[in-house]
Amino acid sequence: MNELQLKVLELLKEDARRDAELIATMLDQPVAEVKEAIAAMEQDHVIVKYATVVNWSKVDDEKVTALIEVQITPERGRGFEGIAERIYLYPEVKSVYLMSGAYDLLVEVEGKTLKEVASFVSNKLSPIDAVLSTKTFFILKKYKQDGIIFEENEGDHRLMVSP
Amino acid sequence: MIKEKSQGTSIPVQRQSMADYLSPLVRDIKPSGIRRFFDLVSTRKDIITLGVGEPDFVTPWHVREAAVYSLESGKTQYTSNAGMPALREAIGHYLNDSFSVDYDPANEVLVTVGGSEAIDLALRALITPGDEILIPEPCYISYSPITALSGGKPVGIETFAADNFKLRAEQLQAVITPRSKVLILCYPSNPTGGIMTYEDWLPIAKLVEENDLIVISDEIYAELTYGSKHVSFAAMPGMKDRTILVSGFSKAFAMTGWRLGYACGHEEIIAAMLKIHQYTVMCAPVMAQYAALEALQHGMEEKDRMVESYNQRRRLVVKGFRDIGLDCHEPQGAFYAFPSIASTGLSSEAFAQRLLEEAGVAAVPGDVFGLGGEGHLRCSYATSVTQLTEALDRIGNFVHQLKQG
Repeated sequence: MNELQLKVLELLKEDARRDAELIATMLDQPVAEVKEAIAAMEQDHVIVKYATVVNWSKVDDEKVTALIEVQITPERGRGFEGIAERIYLYPEVKSVYLMSGAYDLLVEVEGKTLKEVASFVSNKLSPIDAVLSTKTFFILKKYKQDGIIFEENEGDHRLMVSP
Repeated sequence: MIKEKSQGTSIPVQRQSMADYLSPLVRDIKPSGIRRFFDLVSTRKDIITLGVGEPDFVTPWHVREAAVYSLESGKTQYTSNAGMPALREAIGHYLNDSFSVDYDPANEVLVTVGGSEAIDLALRALITPGDEILIPEPCYISYSPITALSGGKPVGIETFAADNFKLRAEQLQAVITPRSKVLILCYPSNPTGGIMTYEDWLPIAKLVEENDLIVISDEIYAELTYGSKHVSFAAMPGMKDRTILVSGFSKAFAMTGWRLGYACGHEEIIAAMLKIHQYTVMCAPVMAQYAALEALQHGMEEKDRMVESYNQRRRLVVKGFRDIGLDCHEPQGAFYAFPSIASTGLSSEAFAQRLLEEAGVAAVPGDVFGLGGEGHLRCSYATSVTQLTEALDRIGNFVHQLKQG
């Protein structure tokens, strides 16, 4: 990663729809170099995907999300990798983190209903041999995600014109 | 009809209207051109505004939290007139670290209600009626009216886009008379974005010395420079005692509404300013002082991030105006671009009004900022990239239609 790539990344993180021309102007760099930086980062999977942050609570078919603390017996030679993969390959699983502390994996699971998520835990997750225990926490409200505040109270309160 | 009460031997005066009660100094001050434009803009909805002279960032949370905590802790009393000692000390360290100027917090630093109060205090402390106050223009709109309020005579010095709105020695020399007393400087400049380098300052400092002038240097945009570090006029050789350095927290730390600024200078001048300050406002609001202290102690990284963000938007806007075909000198400070709209054949006022009505974009006509402002438009780029891009599109279409029709 070079300095330009880092700066490009910051601008894309703020708004993924910014094109290379705009970013080149903002950074005072040649467009070709910015395009090259983006291509290189896409190639290296530094930029994994350009996705949309959605506030699902504003969408009618609301989703249910749970964070699940999972305790695991690591496998000899592979540690947590194999078991983490077995878990994250389920499409219901939105994120998986290896954690320090009282449990091992933090798993974010999304479903249409409470029942659906509960059934995933009891039918898919818990039966895995290496899984020792699970604790499920349902998310009631999302205030902020990835640095983005969902219910923005800090709108622009400035006067339209000031000296 | 209002009749003056006759008292003792004084002659009763017939006053025709309430205005007759007003001090002539106040009555004769023209309302600001910005105010007029503000009223016009307020009638419109769904416009994009490039007219805002303040950061688009909300004060960083840790700074707000420091003020909240000060309230929770019951810190609701007066502070010492000159400001909390801890804050004055922090200001002293900050100015020394950042701009290599050395002030004694004990008697050379005064905390004020915004940089605006500091400018007012400085002018009131210095002016004898009839003194000539030299003001490079285009400039911030308050210098002339405040000068006039103290009975001073504002003398504008026109600066030019071709020269990046720098103040040149020959321009200054041309207006100096035996009555000249104060030179007001504001670099980085609102509205032009112009800056002055060490080399630019040298001949000015020489003239200031030769003509025994005193300088009020409004350095409120000092942190907002792009490419080169701000050079304080007070840091020029021999200029510290001739300079009242005015600054504040509004622009660098996104703290406009807190109204917190400061003045630094020779102890005798600061003492005179303090005298006015203690009789008029007592002290700056205490919670704002705690917030400012937090900003100086822990707000530098956040400040640098904000400056970087302005810089990115500055490049976007300057290129945007040039692509549209409007001349735009490169602003190297503050957060304003000051493109020339002279090629459209319209006056600043007409251009700004039609741009608002026909394209839904508000920007301040340059003529309100004094000499040299006509033919320009002040565009603040302290607004989101999305809004800036849309505003530039609209201005582009508007100018295109103007030039065709």
